[in-house]
Parts: sequence; C-alpha cells; structure tokens
Amino acid sequence: MPILDDFMLRALAAGTAVAVVAGPLGSFIVWRRMAYFGDTLAHSSLLGIALGFLFNLGLNWTVMAVCAAVALLLAILQRQRRLATDTLLGVLAHSALALGLVAVAFAEGLRVDLMGYLFGDILAIANRDLAWIYASGGLALLGILGLWRPLLCMTIDEELAKVEGVPVIWVNIAQMLLVAVIIAVAMKIVGILLVTALMIIPAATARRFAASPEQMALLASLIGCLAVVGGLSASLQWDTPAGPSIVAAAAVAFVVAYALPGRVYRPTTRPSRT
Amino acid sequence: MLMRSERSGDQPLIEARGLSVCVNGHDIINDIDLAIFPGQIVTLIGPNGAGKTTLVRALLGLVPYRQGKVMLARGLKIGYMPQRLRIDPIVPLTVQRFLTLNNRVARAEVRHALREVGASHVESAPVQVISGGEFQRVLLARALLRDPTVLVLDEPAQGVDVAGQGELYKLIAAIRDRRGCAVLMISQDLHLVMEAADSVICLNHHVCCTGLPEAVSRHPEYLKLFGALRPGGLAIYTHHHDHQHNLHGCVVPLSDNRGNTDADSR
Repeated sequence: MPILDDFMLRALAAGTAVAVVAGPLGSFIVWRRMAYFGDTLAHSSLLGIALGFLFNLGLNWTVMAVCAAVALLLAILQRQRRLATDTLLGVLAHSALALGLVAVAFAEGLRVDLMGYLFGDILAIANRDLAWIYASGGLALLGILGLWRPLLCMTIDEELAKVEGVPVIWVNIAQMLLVAVIIAVAMKIVGILLVTALMIIPAATARRFAASPEQMALLASLIGCLAVVGGLSASLQWDTPAGPSIVAAAAVAFVVAYALPGRVYRPTTRPSRT
Repeated sequence: MLMRSERSGDQPLIEARGLSVCVNGHDIINDIDLAIFPGQIVTLIGPNGAGKTTLVRALLGLVPYRQGKVMLARGLKIGYMPQRLRIDPIVPLTVQRFLTLNNRVARAEVRHALREVGASHVESAPVQVISGGEFQRVLLARALLRDPTVLVLDEPAQGVDVAGQGELYKLIAAIRDRRGCAVLMISQDLHLVMEAADSVICLNHHVCCTGLPEAVSRHPEYLKLFGALRPGGLAIYTHHHDHQHNLHGCVVPLSDNRGNTDADSR
C-alpha cells in the first residue's frame, strides 16, 4: 500500500473539489447538449495560456478571460440564426486553438510545458493552486446553485422559461461563464484535452441511476470524486499519468454502470389508468 | 356589437395593433388587430402556415415584430402552453417535478391541478414516457399552476384522441368559468371551435374575419359565416371567404373550384 504523500493529499483535495463542482455543471452540459461547447472553451484556454506567458500575466486569469470572451462571443453569434451552434462552435474552437498554437510559438519556454497543459499535472499542485481551486470552485458552485431553478427551466424549454419570466439571455451567459471558470480550474487536474470528460462522463454515468435532476447532479459529483480517487490510486500504483488515469477511471465507471444488470432505466413507472 | 367584456369598460389584457411579423424576408402576418379582454375566450383558427403560432409568439415577445404594437396589461400573468415541447430523455424528470419547476407550489396544489385536467394518474411518471395527449394535459396543468390571468394555448388538443378533444375544449371553458382567466387559443380544426368561445379570429396571414358566436344567430352576415350551432358543445364554423389565397399567401379573387379552405376538407 503506497503511503499518502503531501502531494498526493493535495492532488486528492484538488481533484475532488473540481469533481464536486463538475457534477451539477456537467449535468447541465449534458442536458443542454453543450458537450462541444465545453471542448471549445478547453481548446481556447491554450490561447489564454500563451497570452499569459507572452504578457507575463497570471495564467489563471488569462485562461478565464479568454474562455469568458469565447463564451460571450458565442452568445452574441448565436443571436443570428443563420449558422447553427455546432458550426459556430467549430469555427470558434479551431480558430482559438490555431491562434493559441501560433501564440505558443512566440512564447519562449512554453513548448516544454505544453504537455503539462494538455494533459494536466495534478501531482504538481501547490498550496497556492489549491487555494485558487477552492476559491473559484466554491464561487462556481454557489453560482450554479443560485441559478439552479432558472437554468433547469431553460433546460426544459427556453421559450417557456422566457414567457414565465426567466431572464434567458443573462442566465445563459452566466452559465457559459461558470463553465469557463470550471474549465480554467479543471485544466490543472486533467489538462485541456480531457477537461470536458471530467464534466460529461460522471454526469452521463449518473443518469443511469437518477430519478430527478438533483439526484443526477449529486450522483455526478460523487462519481466524479470516485473517479479522482480511483485514477490517482491507479496512477500511484502503476505509475500512469494522473489526469488521463482519472478520466479512464470515470470511463470505467460509465461502462460498469451501463453494463450492470438491475437498475435499468425503463419506463415502467407508468401507472395503469383508473 | 360589443364583445362580452368590452361592455364593462375593461382594459384589454393583451392588445395588438397593426402587428406585422417578417421572418427571413417573408411576411408571416400582416397588420393584425386583436384584443383579449379579462375572462374572454379568443380562438384563433386558420389553415396550416397561416401564421397563428407566429402571431401568438409575437404577442408573447418570442419573435420580434416588424411593425405595429403589442400592449400587455400591467401585472399580466401568462400561462403558456407551447405547440411543441419535447423533453430529452437525458433529463430525469417526473411529471410532479416538471410541474413544480418554476412554480413553488405545494404537492396538494399539483395534485389538484392534475385532477382538474384529468391527468392524476401520471403524477409520478417520467415526463418522457407519458402519451402525447397526457402530456398536453400536463402542460395545461402547468400553465394553470401559475394562476394565470391569461392562458395562451397553442393547439391544446393536438395528440388528444377525438373523444378527448371535445372534452378538453369543454374543460378549458370550465377552467375559464371557474378561474375567470382569459384564454387565447389556437385551433387548427375549423370544426372544433367551441361553443364557449367569445370571439373567433380566422387568420390567414391577415385577419380574414372575426366572429362572435353569441351574436351569430342574430346577425345575417355571421349567420352566413357560422351556420347553425350544433348541440353537444361543438359549433360548426362553416366557412365562406370572399377571397382566397394562392400558394404564397397572396389574396386572389375567389375561383369556382375552391369553395373551402384546406382545413375544411379534413
């Protein structure tokens, strides 16, 4: 049995914190079919990293700023109805990624660290990072809880929500910004390439067992935490890269959940007419 | 000739003047005047693509309008039942939870609303597994739970079996009587204009004609328009226009081979 080192504890603390926030937020991403949106923000964060290096600014802030800018840009572009959202996302994601890669070429010394940003470096989390993760993660969690009801209404039907007085545009932007925050935070754990997985896979797994939106969000958080613990243990045991191991553990949970016999989601609850 | 509620000098709950909506360069509706007064049931009828849903969506602020004015009364509470609402199976949601999503109401109230629309048996079912007709009733219950001053129903009877349709229209009239709310309703079926409708607006990109069922029997022009009231809650809206529309919706003179509108021949 490996001994829990300091860095391991920090990794666990950071990973579970992100998993807890990713649960409800990931559920919304799954419900609202925004998986590709998460990927787009993740791709854009490379541009944020490069800009941070170039102008010698805090990387957390530049990543969050670029993600927020891309999210707002998408919200604006969505208001015209000619191009579908997936097309817009494709344009934004790859433009931002290309710009990011170009910018990286200008930033001396970044090339070496690129792998760390692409795949995360949870084992290198310092106390300062941990404070940052808990502060912004806590804010994101408060945000999602505060927006829970209007967001859920919009998830069911945006127009119905609008008629019922939900400020649809603002709630939409707020949710996009929350995703931007959590991507900037989770990037440290699993890296740019896998950050969306940390939100989507636990939520998709939780759907199998959930009977209400709230259950699904809570279960997603729990499954995410289990994936973090499992991934980190595997990483320690077999010396595998930590970030990908966490996502792999989540994937295993997903497969097991849907392969398990028993609690299959079947519409059997329909009562007979009386 | 005054509408029932106009006499009392009430302000309209929803009023449109000269409303025109243009989508992608095409005029969908043109120069519409319309008013819904407290406690009044206004039924919009017209063939497919006549712009009924567009008109309702413009009134609700869901589509921008090119010209005209929409005035909503102060403190207006709208209970809206959209034409289509599909809830993705990825969202775990029971009927009970769906009804309380944007309404902080007690469980007893939810039960009461479901009983009112005759859908008590689906209370704990996931919304995705109930039938289309049951879902329509659930949507109506949801609109009712908002305790609306005006119910806006976009084809409430779709997906409801034939026997259930008349029943549903009766139910809507009963709800109006019980709660005193106004109702703006779209119906595609010209034969199913309910007895209780205070005003019928026939729409085909513009207002073709409006009818007030109560005065029908007395007014020769409307007699021609409406025909006789059939007992049993259904009014037959026999339809003769002084013009017709070509495929683009433009008004053209009446030709002999076309006596009825599309919906009439259903």
